[in-house]
Amino acid sequence: MPKAGSTSRIPRRTALAGLSAGAALLAMPRLGRAADETIRIGFPTPLTGPFAAEARDQVKCAELAVKLVNDKGGIGGRKVELLVRDDKLNAGEAATRTLELIEKDKVHAVVGALSSAVQLAVNEVTRARGVIYVSISQSDTINEAKDFSKYTFHEALNPHMTTAAVARQTLKKGMKVAHLVADYAYGHEMLRGFKRAQAAIGADSVGEILHPFGAADYSTFMPRLMSMRPDVLCISNFGRDQANAIKQAVDFGVKQQMKIVVPVILHNQRLAVGPDVFEGVVGGANYYWGLETQSKSAASFNAAFKAANGGAIPTDYGAYGYSGVGSLLAAMQAAGGTDTDKVIDALEKLQYDLTKGPQHYRKCDHQSVQSVLVLESKKKSAMAGDNDLFAILANDNGSDDMLRSCSELGHAT
Amino acid sequence: MDLSLIIMQLLSGIALGAVLVITALGLTIVFGMLGVVNFAHGALFMIGAYAGLYLASLTGSFWWGLLLAPILIGVFGMLIEFVLIRRLYGRSIDDPLLLTFGLSYILVEGVRIVFGSDGIPFPTPPQLIGVLDLGIGFFPRYRLFVIVLVAVVLLVLWLTLEKTRVGLIVRAGARDPTIMQVLGVDIGRVWLAIFGLGVGLAALGGVLAGPMRSVNPEMGSLVLAEAFVVTVIGGLGSIVGAVVAGLMVGISISMVALFAPEMATIVMFALMAVVLLIRPQGLFGVRGRTA
Repeated sequence: MPKAGSTSRIPRRTALAGLSAGAALLAMPRLGRAADETIRIGFPTPLTGPFAAEARDQVKCAELAVKLVNDKGGIGGRKVELLVRDDKLNAGEAATRTLELIEKDKVHAVVGALSSAVQLAVNEVTRARGVIYVSISQSDTINEAKDFSKYTFHEALNPHMTTAAVARQTLKKGMKVAHLVADYAYGHEMLRGFKRAQAAIGADSVGEILHPFGAADYSTFMPRLMSMRPDVLCISNFGRDQANAIKQAVDFGVKQQMKIVVPVILHNQRLAVGPDVFEGVVGGANYYWGLETQSKSAASFNAAFKAANGGAIPTDYGAYGYSGVGSLLAAMQAAGGTDTDKVIDALEKLQYDLTKGPQHYRKCDHQSVQSVLVLESKKKSAMAGDNDLFAILANDNGSDDMLRSCSELGHAT
Repeated sequence: MDLSLIIMQLLSGIALGAVLVITALGLTIVFGMLGVVNFAHGALFMIGAYAGLYLASLTGSFWWGLLLAPILIGVFGMLIEFVLIRRLYGRSIDDPLLLTFGLSYILVEGVRIVFGSDGIPFPTPPQLIGVLDLGIGFFPRYRLFVIVLVAVVLLVLWLTLEKTRVGLIVRAGARDPTIMQVLGVDIGRVWLAIFGLGVGLAALGGVLAGPMRSVNPEMGSLVLAEAFVVTVIGGLGSIVGAVVAGLMVGISISMVALFAPEMATIVMFALMAVVLLIRPQGLFGVRGRTA
């Protein structure tokens, strides 16, 4: 650390002159730029760290959404550009990058952030600056009155929706349920969702263990979980934590004693640990490519993704990148440009079907009302091919009933 | 809380500690003998896991991976010593530290480029799948195997260092390289072998961890932090220290997980802080050693 006063000082007069010149420059109307100006969408996502696999899929899908619009001539003749930034799964980093996107890169809207904790930081910044933010991370708090703003939209499912759907498929009255939970916003919200759902069904909690986020070893939690003798073990964590926790639970013979259930079953993590470990694990999802037999939009989304990515299939969290950016661009199209209030209005009125069926943003809290899938991981012998990972147990159509009510979230109704 | 649960928990802690011991051992040997703080140790642990996985799929058997990967990566370590580290002996401790830090980045990025950033499945060897009934509860066979294997490796290492001529040269070389050279020992070759051994142990740790954790490019960074904590608690450069501290950390994490699971990771650092306050040189460290 340099000592105070040891740094060279800029003369006050120069500084003042520089500042006022800068201010004048900023205040000047941006003449002649508006007409052919590209539309810039900021996209913070954790490209490095334990959620990197999911983040990269999001980027690919977001780029696809942008490409499809540009191929059709852009929005009102203006090309769209995606500005991807690595938020490093860190709230501070995400806030800084978002601020940079807004101040320096002059983005017209922000889409992204994968971690529930990080998205709240992004939301703080966009809310303060009056920039539209379409969150594609699972969160139960971003729609609540205290975090909400008219600029905040939530394209992802929320824990309340997925846990309820999963619980409906797996829990019965009188069942004993144990919880292994990642000790941060996502885990807490999922636990809250499961407990609410299990209370409604009449199943009982026999215990819950909070584990540190990003732990590599889960073995030390297993003896105690098994001693609780539950019928169902709910593992509420994300990314690599999910892969490791399930793998180690299986090593300890947990599956012989109980069923493993997760709020969100992840395509990439299933690939990372293999079919034997995941066999029989049930979880919720926003998207699965196998939906193409039931949904026309899924089939065309799959086809577009395959064409752009050398035959690869889109994943669950990837699909969020597509629908998040896609819905925003559709609203800009409808609003005829990037005027924030007009786009907000268009988003609120938007009926869109990009990946899996009809969706719309509920007016009071801007939560996307959409279908929820419940998937079961197939056993190796039942897989028709390398990509045939899950069986679809349920596809609950989107409705207001699956959300908490607006008054419950603290909104004036 | 019944006794069998506590015993199972203890066993989990020992299995966890066994991986820590084998990894910290490589770190501490290289530091103790060469005075090199190897920041690439975690990355080499990760490379070991990938090499083990690759060799296992190539030969169709986990056991070949377990045997060959540490040897192969150990040789790779010798290459690193010969080409890079060797030039920095006698300079300040920061130089090799920075070099290995940079090296770890290159290794991690290299693996990302070749194998991608997603995890890769590392199946448990078929003979060790499932649990063993211990009478008081069930424990994964694979983890029991890890405990036994680490014990065997430790025994062999101890016997080599204490009872053989090679061990004598190594120990003497660590204490006074100049005299060893005067006596006609090619100390450069000793250092080469030591670095290779340290890296080989990191790789062995990686292969052993593979079937328990998912294999991914970042798996080494967490392990590096743990290995450093164990090394500091045990005393820098102390082999006995690494063994005792590794088991201590594993068992503490496990026992704390039983009563206050959310504290399980922090306990390791709390333990380190306490040890540093009471014995700044670590449990088995030599006071005043600066390397």
